Amino acid sequence: MSVLAIVEQRMAGEVLAAAQQFGSDVKAYSIDLPYTADAYTSAVEELIRKVNPTLVVFGHTYQTRDYAPRLAARFGRTLIGDVIAARFEKKDPPIFVRQMFQGKFNADVRLVGDGPHFVSIQAGAWRAEGSPQVEAFSPSSTTSRQVAEPPFREAARAVDLTAADIIVSVGRGIKEKENIPVVEALAQALGAELAASRPICDAGWLPMDRQVGSSGQTVSPKVYIAVGISGAIQHLVGMKGAKTIVAINKDPDAPIFEVAHYGIVGDLFEVVPALVEELKKTK
Amino acid sequence: MKIAVAIKQVPLRDSPLRLNAAGTWIDEDTLSFEINEPDAYALEEALQLREKHGGEVIVISVGPARVSQTIREALAKGADRGIHIESSSIDTFGIANLLATALRAESPDLILTGLQSDDLGYGQTGVVLAELLGLPSSTIIMQIEIQPGKVRVKRELEDGWFQHIEMPLPAVLTIQSGLNKLRYATLMGIKKAKTKEIKVISLDGAAEVAPPSAVIEKLYAPEKNKQAQIFQGDPKTAAAKLVEKLRFEARVL
Repeated sequence: MSVLAIVEQRMAGEVLAAAQQFGSDVKAYSIDLPYTADAYTSAVEELIRKVNPTLVVFGHTYQTRDYAPRLAARFGRTLIGDVIAARFEKKDPPIFVRQMFQGKFNADVRLVGDGPHFVSIQAGAWRAEGSPQVEAFSPSSTTSRQVAEPPFREAARAVDLTAADIIVSVGRGIKEKENIPVVEALAQALGAELAASRPICDAGWLPMDRQVGSSGQTVSPKVYIAVGISGAIQHLVGMKGAKTIVAINKDPDAPIFEVAHYGIVGDLFEVVPALVEELKKTK
Repeated sequence: MKIAVAIKQVPLRDSPLRLNAAGTWIDEDTLSFEINEPDAYALEEALQLREKHGGEVIVISVGPARVSQTIREALAKGADRGIHIESSSIDTFGIANLLATALRAESPDLILTGLQSDDLGYGQTGVVLAELLGLPSSTIIMQIEIQPGKVRVKRELEDGWFQHIEMPLPAVLTIQSGLNKLRYATLMGIKKAKTKEIKVISLDGAAEVAPPSAVIEKLYAPEKNKQAQIFQGDPKTAAAKLVEKLRFEARVL
């Protein structure tokens, strides 16, 4: 099967590794243009018409999410986004596996009809290997309705979670702002930094600079204690590098238990105070 | 300013989800449903833009009959009217096509939708819709500033980076959660919603929907991770076991 890998700096090695698993005839290109959705859509469209691949592979980055669905639509296809695995059967293309219902289920997705088909792979799902050749592609012409300004960061972060040895992180399970002291007490007992999943920061219950996940900080502490966090992929990518992961959640099927080393299934409002007691007792 | 908001109805957050007998989708019979959370933020943003710039907010949704309830709730929050395209399609490309057909007739100045759905999570309906309508788009938007004939947005990038993008109107934007504070429907709003129009577009047969280029063959619970040690018992016992393990096995405390 002929595979076209579209490589950006982010996830480059992983995309190449996945492309090589998907097919033996791999061509890898980076797009030699400043990014806008319009510019990349027409550039990659031109590239596809030139290379004529059966499958086009991207990393599931914010950039890919911004233009690849549009590109796939131009070919009458749905992008199979955020793929975590591929299963090979007798003939091409493989069955692609992706998460649905926020990680509660996996889905086997079968492609129908002729190529080109479009797949983006999840960060961390393939291990980057080697450094195969990537060619830079410059389209014959470029137009864009979007005008992009240079990327920027908000004012320096007040909190650097990446330096913390122990992190206690809180999610939706905490239910309301008034309950935050419950996890604060645990952080204090452990000498830990307090962090949160996105919804907690969205709601303003904790400041944005305490957010862990794809849009927040990526941390790899010695211990990460996830309290009332179900474990959506956007959160997991920010913390699955932790040495020891502890999950406390009332739902035994929560995806967080898939990455955890230790877990307690139970009501955080009972478990967390019990933990604090236990830590004080044995200090 | 005419703003259309594409919303999706998804199972109520934290619903216990079971697979259907064929293992191809969830069993929906016993479930309750609500608006997809990122779409709620898109709706709120549309209402705030209308408050600032005047105009009209139309909510549009594709789905079975039960979806009318979620449209009604959006009307109660303040949307002016609704469009319900009755279809059981779950294919992104097919749904975007249905939305495009209905919205072409409305020619809104701005189309908003959430950045992704909590069920399929493909995160592309808005972008595909833009392509089908021939409109510019931008995704994962944190801020919208309407200027004469154009829009300036703040787009979220990875790792705490952002970028401002400008593009001409009409345009399609997909909205990130948390860019505003959601409002509740007032009693007056709920009362008013009863008299607001929901246009129902019924699709008899599947002729209107192109055959999907990908199908879900099987849905299943992910394989259980064998490494996690789960501590049972009452909270006190479980907590004691966990602390012991962290100290003497993981040696991290």
